[in-house]
Amino acid sequence: MDFLTIGTMELESRLFVGTGKFSSNLLIPEVINISGSQVVTVALRRIDFAPQNENMLNYIPRQCVLMPNTSGARDAQEAVRIARLARASGCGDWIKIEVISDNKYLLPDNQETVKASEILVKEGFVVLPYMSPDLMTAKRLRDVGVSAVMPLGSPIGTNKGLKTKELVKILIDEIDLPIIVDAGIGKPSEAAEAMEMGAAAVLVNTAIATAGDPVSMAEAFALAVKAGRKAFLAGTGVVQDYAEASSPLTGFLDRIGS
Amino acid sequence: MPKHLLLLQAFLIESEASLEQKFTVLKTIVRKTRRIALFMSFYDIYKNYAKLDIKDFFSRIGEEQILRIIGKERLSAEEFLVLLSPVARKYLEHMARKANEITQGHFGKVIFLYAPMYLANYCVNRCVYCGFNIDHGIARKKLTMKEVEEESRSISAQGIRHILLLTGESRKYSPVSYLKECIEVMRNYFTSISLEVYPLETWEYAELIIAGADGLTIYQEVYDEKIYDEVHLAGPKKNYRYRLDAPERACQAGMRTVNIGALLGLEDWRQEAFFTGLHADYLQNKYLNTEISLSLPRLRPEIGGFQPKHDVDDASLVQIMLAFRLFLPRAGITISTRERAELRDNLIGLGVTRMSAGSSTEVGGYASKDKTEGQFEVSDDRTIKEITKLIYQKGYQPVFKDWQCI
Repeated sequence: MDFLTIGTMELESRLFVGTGKFSSNLLIPEVINISGSQVVTVALRRIDFAPQNENMLNYIPRQCVLMPNTSGARDAQEAVRIARLARASGCGDWIKIEVISDNKYLLPDNQETVKASEILVKEGFVVLPYMSPDLMTAKRLRDVGVSAVMPLGSPIGTNKGLKTKELVKILIDEIDLPIIVDAGIGKPSEAAEAMEMGAAAVLVNTAIATAGDPVSMAEAFALAVKAGRKAFLAGTGVVQDYAEASSPLTGFLDRIGS
Repeated sequence: MPKHLLLLQAFLIESEASLEQKFTVLKTIVRKTRRIALFMSFYDIYKNYAKLDIKDFFSRIGEEQILRIIGKERLSAEEFLVLLSPVARKYLEHMARKANEITQGHFGKVIFLYAPMYLANYCVNRCVYCGFNIDHGIARKKLTMKEVEEESRSISAQGIRHILLLTGESRKYSPVSYLKECIEVMRNYFTSISLEVYPLETWEYAELIIAGADGLTIYQEVYDEKIYDEVHLAGPKKNYRYRLDAPERACQAGMRTVNIGALLGLEDWRQEAFFTGLHADYLQNKYLNTEISLSLPRLRPEIGGFQPKHDVDDASLVQIMLAFRLFLPRAGITISTRERAELRDNLIGLGVTRMSAGSSTEVGGYASKDKTEGQFEVSDDRTIKEITKLIYQKGYQPVFKDWQCI
């Protein structure tokens, strides 16, 4: 079997899903069931523990790994506080670090992300930092002991696809940790593209939650992720600009004999 | 010594805050001022655009510009103004489709809910449009801590987790120390506390943040400086600049969310909406750490019987909202119960992200039996349950909690 190992977990599904944008929480279990997703991210800021209100956690199937995120954190200190609160409220040891000090584009603050990661790894969390794809940051994150690195495909909520492809590819080549493309994936074909090039998984929220039929879209994403992964494992063929038969540059070697 | 330094001195020497709190406030101020060493104010931008002849600008807009601007990803200030023009009115449906797409991408299919809580209606200002005007012989009241507790219990029992606390302007009856006390009580009931109070000094905002507040709503009421002077007859609110810079002071103090707006009806709405958008853009660019959002409050009937000089019909309100969304794609947009139910229902999907629900504009309006006069008449008097149901029917999820004090 082709498992994705994060921390001590062995995962079969390589599609992680977000929960923040659905028109109803009732869609969450349906999306998870049809897609086979095993990792679900939830913003701690959104979890409502008031008994008179709906608690999103009740809609997440028990077999899933809960990955609370630190959405709303503006610096490392706030991210650390949110992570601790999440663990104290029974959300487990996984934490997706999200530090955003730019409310205009919502791009992650890599420096603060490294700082928060270092502290939380020491506190025993399974840390998955969301980041702008930058090799040096990814190396630092690896060095402080994170369990995976989650570069963005394009700014969150834009559905623009894998605009950071070249930079993400470098992370896949250089960092010996699962690279999970988070944010920006707008279509199943883009998820497949990320998987084909060797991403360990993708995280999708907006594209599923705001689709005309979120459940069908979740299924489409699950299939695309599987297809992309299979293609990666199979080894995609070499792309060529001209037909194989001719060798305009080295053909002379045959002609002149050796 | 300048007034703000005198106030700082008073806070440091006389306030009952702990040494640790005083130190934190000082540290915040020093850090912020260092980071933003020499800065302009939105007033400079206002002054610059106030010279613009908007009528002339509008007369030169060609229809062919509108669709091109709607198709763009980032708009300049001038392009934003084009979307507020009479010519753009014919393209509301096009603007609405784009606004819907942007809002869903950034916020998803959700509407955040909150409720206001009036703590006190004592006021020293003479604002011609407001029910709390000092000249109005209405019953004045301020909630005791026991009443704050009762009101909090009553509102939170209905599911509300984000509260907006309001007062009139009275440093005597509702001073910062009173607000602080209220916040400390309310923290046990709500996960997010915003203020809508008279403008404060930076360190006063910082003090309230330490106490547990995370948001500020403050409307300039009217950006046109001349009209501002005409409708604010007397009181500290007459100081245009002090109010204009208040949202900026809150950003400097480290407020998480700052919500601004113009009271629509006091002056030509196209111009007022333009300045509101520019103000939000200015704050958003300068204070990346603060979430800037916008409100579109239309003047409502109040006890003084003030008649708005400029009519803002529903289509105009929609045009403002759509132009805001296209100019500031990630800004939150709030619609309160000032607007009637039918209109609010149809605004979902057009860019609105936050709504008040089950609101009372009276001091002690939720739990207390003795009624006082409201600040204005509420138009949408549906219960929180009814609004929740309606939002679901519209294909959106009502969300009560989007922040918690960390």
